Amino acid sequence: MSSTFDMKEFKLLSETRFDKKPIHRGYAMRTMHVDVGAHTMREKPVSDEMKAKFVGGKGFGLRLLWDGTKPSTQWNDPENEIVIAMGPVCGNTNYPGSGKSLVVSLSPMTGVPIDSNVGGYFGPYLKFGGWDALEVQGKAERETIVFIDNVDGFVRFYDAPDGLQQDTHLLAEELTHAFAGGGASADPAELQAISVISAGRGADHSPMGLLNFSLYDKRRAGIRVKQAGRGGIGMVLRDKKIRALVVRYKGVTQNTNDAADPAAVQRLGLKLHREIIVNDNKQCKMRKQGTAHLMELMNDYDLLPTKNHKYGQDPRGPEIASWVWEKLFSQGLPDGCWFGCTLACAHAVDHFQLETGPYKGQKVCVDGPEYETAAGCGPNLYVYDPHGILELNFYCDTYGIDTISFGTMTSFLMECWEHGILNLERTDGIDLTWGNWQGAARILHDMADGKRFGVLAGKGVKFLAEYFAKEYKADAQFMKDIALHGKGLEQSEYISKESLAQQGGYYLTNKGPQHDEAWLIFMDMVNNKIPTFEDKAEALHYFPMFRTWFGLQGLCKLPWNDIEPADNSKWPESNKVPEHVHNYYELYTAITGEKLDWDGLIRQSERVYNFQRVFNIRQGKGHRADDYPAYRAMGPVLEDEYLARAERYDKQMKEKIGIDPAGKSVTEKLRITREFRVKQYDQLTDAVFKRRGWTRDGIPTPEHLKDIGMDLPELLEVVRKHL
Amino acid sequence: MIKYLKMDDQKCVGCMSCATACSLAYAKEDNPAKSRIQVLGLGSGHYHLVACDQECRLCVAECPVQAITVNKQGIVMIDKRLCVGCLACVAVCPTEAMRYFPAESVPFKCVACGICVKVCPKGALEIAEKEDSPASKFPFEVAAAARRDEEGIK
Repeated sequence: MSSTFDMKEFKLLSETRFDKKPIHRGYAMRTMHVDVGAHTMREKPVSDEMKAKFVGGKGFGLRLLWDGTKPSTQWNDPENEIVIAMGPVCGNTNYPGSGKSLVVSLSPMTGVPIDSNVGGYFGPYLKFGGWDALEVQGKAERETIVFIDNVDGFVRFYDAPDGLQQDTHLLAEELTHAFAGGGASADPAELQAISVISAGRGADHSPMGLLNFSLYDKRRAGIRVKQAGRGGIGMVLRDKKIRALVVRYKGVTQNTNDAADPAAVQRLGLKLHREIIVNDNKQCKMRKQGTAHLMELMNDYDLLPTKNHKYGQDPRGPEIASWVWEKLFSQGLPDGCWFGCTLACAHAVDHFQLETGPYKGQKVCVDGPEYETAAGCGPNLYVYDPHGILELNFYCDTYGIDTISFGTMTSFLMECWEHGILNLERTDGIDLTWGNWQGAARILHDMADGKRFGVLAGKGVKFLAEYFAKEYKADAQFMKDIALHGKGLEQSEYISKESLAQQGGYYLTNKGPQHDEAWLIFMDMVNNKIPTFEDKAEALHYFPMFRTWFGLQGLCKLPWNDIEPADNSKWPESNKVPEHVHNYYELYTAITGEKLDWDGLIRQSERVYNFQRVFNIRQGKGHRADDYPAYRAMGPVLEDEYLARAERYDKQMKEKIGIDPAGKSVTEKLRITREFRVKQYDQLTDAVFKRRGWTRDGIPTPEHLKDIGMDLPELLEVVRKHL
Repeated sequence: MIKYLKMDDQKCVGCMSCATACSLAYAKEDNPAKSRIQVLGLGSGHYHLVACDQECRLCVAECPVQAITVNKQGIVMIDKRLCVGCLACVAVCPTEAMRYFPAESVPFKCVACGICVKVCPKGALEIAEKEDSPASKFPFEVAAAARRDEEGIK
């Protein structure tokens, strides 16, 4: 330990005791509300209607956030909330991927609800004290720690003691030790009974601030962290002056959820465990490489973001391929982010020596990188040095900065540097030449310090594009074209240019361009399985709805299709992994005791998905105009970008557009391609909105809301204003 | 050293005395589904005995809460107080010697206690000892390698 704190050093501000409530069939049927300004805690019952319509997890989170905020609420208003909700399936230890928390808040990046799906022990530990969700509201005057003790049954508010760290890798470790066993126990079982939510100094200054959820790793004898990364919830936490939320729970068993049919939960879980043990090494190698297994695959298919998504491939790709990461990751450890996840993708690089920043020279444990981080802080910055990627990964995490937004933002800055829009004077001396990860690290350190160029950079690409056009007279259209964001949220790390369906998967979304709603590139671009607009629209209905369901339950998406039954490909619609979908609704039934089938599963999601859309509309967004990508996400912006793939684009012009490219200038070909692609996106949008039961402007119709059982008066009131 | 139950399939006649004694001792009922040793009929009067070899220790490496440990005699033990019932150990066990009973929360396995040895009428079972091996050391070596340096920052 770097330092230890005694509980006496934490000044107690208030305490509220509660009765622990056992879970019954996956639900506690109550939620916890804390006001960090008033230092109060109260219990709220969950109504049968709430359970029926919103199911749990993200559904509960959005419902509570809607009720707790107003149409005028801004992200930094005291009434904005951070809601952490789990879902009925969450916390079972048998089915891999069952430990997720869903965090929602009004985002400082987009102004609308963001939702983030995160591992770590906090969610299940919170749930097992008898809570379906935790609402955090208000603003503290001084740095505050909220401690929820689900062993002894109380919530306490403390002043953060002097000297308590701010960066997560130190802070979460200190708090885990301080609160273990109710006070500085060194028993590993007590240490494992603590989970901490924290951000870091970067989140004080940048809207791309994230939340770290800790888990205590007994083998490593230290904490690990998983991130609720997207949309700036870390900045909301810090704006509320919350240093950390700490939860304690002991005694997780096979059936803490009090499942209706615990034997069925075991059977389903064991079936998937065995599938993973037998097949993973032949499929995705998640147990050895995690999602970093995708690196060379994406590079091979021209899909790995390279130089701000300008290209999808580079000959240097193999330098950061999966096998490189496999060697760096500690092998042979059960690296799940919740108990019983044998897919175990949460790998780490141990004893990594830092080269920059305040912890330079120290050896640390780097959680990751996962694919998005390796891509976004790697080739997208033209960085092919695994050490550089690890350094950025570590500092992003401990400062509480989202690696995806940071990667996309920094690649935008590097492209601006290439075009002379930025220079040493404008970056406060930081060289942002492609590949210079030390330059990227300096931005990050500046963000943490809240000084110099990092403060400006940390505002995100939407802001920067407008700022550079205004202040530095950069070409406004060019800035708009290469600032990859939707609604203010940076795009995650897949090249979407050559897949119209994926452009929809990114941008026809509720929260912004995040790949968790739909990943259709192979189905669309590589295998050409969804050729028509209607086919694509069907996929852009089904997959976002299906994948929303994970967030209602407290589940992870990865064990759905990053492991597949050996015979999956022989079944119709194999890309839906039908056997696993079947597992899911059986699992839901086994835990809750309520029947569910495939259609019912989609219906549960549709309700919450449409609720979130209407929530966006209530907050002044959620219209068609909010669903357009930057052109870089749709096609080539620059001449050299066109020329690098000239054969492909010329061929498309001839075959798809029906124009002979011969004799045309590159400028003209860019224009023709652009007009065609923008029009295609519009046609796709029409088809998708129609399939989803929305108007051409993207407003859910009252008829559709009635069809799906969501004709709630408060929703109808919002949509009627826009019809 | 590793203490373990040595089994000789050639001597087994399938009388099930071992399974009866084992399940009575640990589950208080005569139920082969709850026995730590399994007698599998192969037909034609041949049998295959299954119990933990105490050596491969894949379960020790896989347990997310370190509820599965090795005692001083080299026997793989499950700490019921720590077990979260995930059954990852059951899945990784290459011989299906790690077992569970539906809706019972903690899995079970042979702990080389020797109760079955005493009741076997054919001398097919004995408690024996063997040397440690690379496999038996593996879970401890990987955990030690990842353990954080006390001198450095956590």
